[in-house]
Amino acid sequence: MSTSGLPQRKEFRATARLKQLMADHFHQLDEAAKTGSAKIAWCTSVGPAELLRAMGFLVYFPENHGAMLGATRTAMDYIPAANAAGYSPDICSYLTSDVGAFLRGETPLRRAYGIERVPRPDVLVYNTNQCRDVQDWFHFYGRRFGVPVLGISSPRGVEELSSVHIADVAAQLEAMVPALEKIAGRPLDMDRLREVVALSKRCSDLWKEVLDTARSVPSPWTFFDHTIHMGPAVVARGTPEAVEYYEILLEELRERIEQGMAAVDGERHRLYWEGMPIWGKLRDLANLFMDLRCCIVASTYCNSWIFSAFDPEDPFRSMAHAYTDIFICHAEPWKERYIEERIREFQVDGILFHDAKTCPNNSNSRYGMPQRLQERLGLPALVVHGDLNDLRCYSEEQVRTNIEAFVEQLEER
Amino acid sequence: MIHIIYGGGVRDSMKGDATAKGALQGSGGGLRTSGIAVGEADAVWVGVDVGACATKVVVIDARRDMRGYHVLRSGVDYAAASREGLEQALDAAGVPPGRIRRVTSTGYGRNNVPFADEVRTEIGCHMKGCFHYHPHAATIVDIGGQDCKVIHVDDRGRRVGFKMNRKCAAGTGAFLEETALRLGVDLSRLDSLARGASKRIRLGAYCTVFSATEILALIRRGESLEDIARGLLESVVQRILEMDPLEGTVILSGGVIHHNPFLARILEEKLGREVVVPPRPQFMGAFGAALYALEGEGEEAS
Repeated sequence: MSTSGLPQRKEFRATARLKQLMADHFHQLDEAAKTGSAKIAWCTSVGPAELLRAMGFLVYFPENHGAMLGATRTAMDYIPAANAAGYSPDICSYLTSDVGAFLRGETPLRRAYGIERVPRPDVLVYNTNQCRDVQDWFHFYGRRFGVPVLGISSPRGVEELSSVHIADVAAQLEAMVPALEKIAGRPLDMDRLREVVALSKRCSDLWKEVLDTARSVPSPWTFFDHTIHMGPAVVARGTPEAVEYYEILLEELRERIEQGMAAVDGERHRLYWEGMPIWGKLRDLANLFMDLRCCIVASTYCNSWIFSAFDPEDPFRSMAHAYTDIFICHAEPWKERYIEERIREFQVDGILFHDAKTCPNNSNSRYGMPQRLQERLGLPALVVHGDLNDLRCYSEEQVRTNIEAFVEQLEER
Repeated sequence: MIHIIYGGGVRDSMKGDATAKGALQGSGGGLRTSGIAVGEADAVWVGVDVGACATKVVVIDARRDMRGYHVLRSGVDYAAASREGLEQALDAAGVPPGRIRRVTSTGYGRNNVPFADEVRTEIGCHMKGCFHYHPHAATIVDIGGQDCKVIHVDDRGRRVGFKMNRKCAAGTGAFLEETALRLGVDLSRLDSLARGASKRIRLGAYCTVFSATEILALIRRGESLEDIARGLLESVVQRILEMDPLEGTVILSGGVIHHNPFLARILEEKLGREVVVPPRPQFMGAFGAALYALEGEGEEAS
């Protein structure tokens, strides 16, 4: 294949601001860990971050650290250490890479920000809405650091979310407050909680708005851009900085649309990515799809940080609703309707399923969904086998051949 | 450890055409002499399929007839293997390199063929090659050295879906190589051994390494070599049946069926209907690539 005249990835002006925001986030945590200036809570990505922030905790997200380990491909140095310590290669490779890095006393924060170690937690708070692995992951650190582990057990496989589900999770959230107050050393200020929930809602709305700009044909950005620019929605929701960031980014995206700037020059096909990113191969895959003139315009993964239900007037119930209404908590028919809607909105002409070896909960190709969607929508679907972090489960050549053949198939239609 | 790759020909009498060889050796990247118009009647199109184990080259003419072909081990230098394969296939066809109009490469090493004008995946090429012989809706099963594929094609020759095996050698040529080695038999004997089987042995494991362990247990139990060989071929078929529904006419393609035609009989038994094996199934990928080279000529100019 010719390598000359290939499209180039287009950088965003906003990236400088993004880098600053991420650096501030980690330096703030590092400072607090060193000086004790603020309490630190570790939280799962769709855990009760709003509640923790409202109580004055600085919030650290191990899943974000996991993604960094994947993206820097250092995960491959650490997963074996966790495997040897009894954490199976078949379980979540975020967990195994994160635990492995901890056992080795290393972190990608050192190279990125000059930070020596992950910030020591005062409390660990999980929500099983995504999977059970987060619970075991947090208990590992609970034992290591000798700090409390609190958690919410969420309903899974829900077709339609009911008031019973929401009441259950809301009650668990409220029940967590006294323990958190004790660790925080201060009572929960409901006004502050409303403020944080309002900021999270604003962040979520803006995140949806920026993602929706990819409905434009050609799209101003791709899934590979989304995975980078989602940083603030992941680590800083509930802060004014995240809101400000997406306002800046939205403006730039609108500019791109006005100028007719395409993320993929000569965009020929618009694809949907279902499943986890393959963090260590993002750049390679971005280039491959660009060479093939394909733009991945939407993904379940990046959409999962849209929490439309947040309502400052009813913080506990709305948090419960937002956390439990995420894609991963739902049953197959709900998930299929969700993907179908995105396919229509984003004018998608092919669906890629990533079957991640160590993440069954985010691998939606295992119960016949690609076949059902293909039949119903008349759209081709492809399943690629890989993993979020464990590149031992990834075959470069197989994935490339599958994707190239899939695009040939799209061309034949 | 491949012992059985080779064959090639059509016009063996033309072997040793010094002109062809000379022109190739000096050619570096490009093969064609610029400025010489090759007439339709004399022209040939070439498909090069650089597989994980074997490199196959097919030369066709404007009537889509296979004029020459050659297969050799891919080895570690794909560019060299493809050059050598081309040289031999041209030799067999009795055609000098100057008559090549266009080359399409495919297979694992498809991007390592320096003289290719176009690159296609082997999924597309096997489909194309098989459809030529059977121009109807069908399910194509390609069993290669390193992977296997199930490709669904419609009655207009367009693929409607495909699946590749997961990252495991089970159900591929590599599995047969490994197990033949374990049995101490030459790979080329497996097919005839399997035909002599007197009873069914089921190998259950999903994995090549576990299958090898199962074989050790069978040897210990005193099972005959013939029965074990058949069991091996059955297990390849079983892995394929697990991949995707084999609907409609089933066409078998690739090196494994080329060298183990008994596999088609086993699949027929399992499916309860006949399966189609095109001539020289090992060359279907390269043949399909050559067809793409022929058909794609107009597109290139645009």
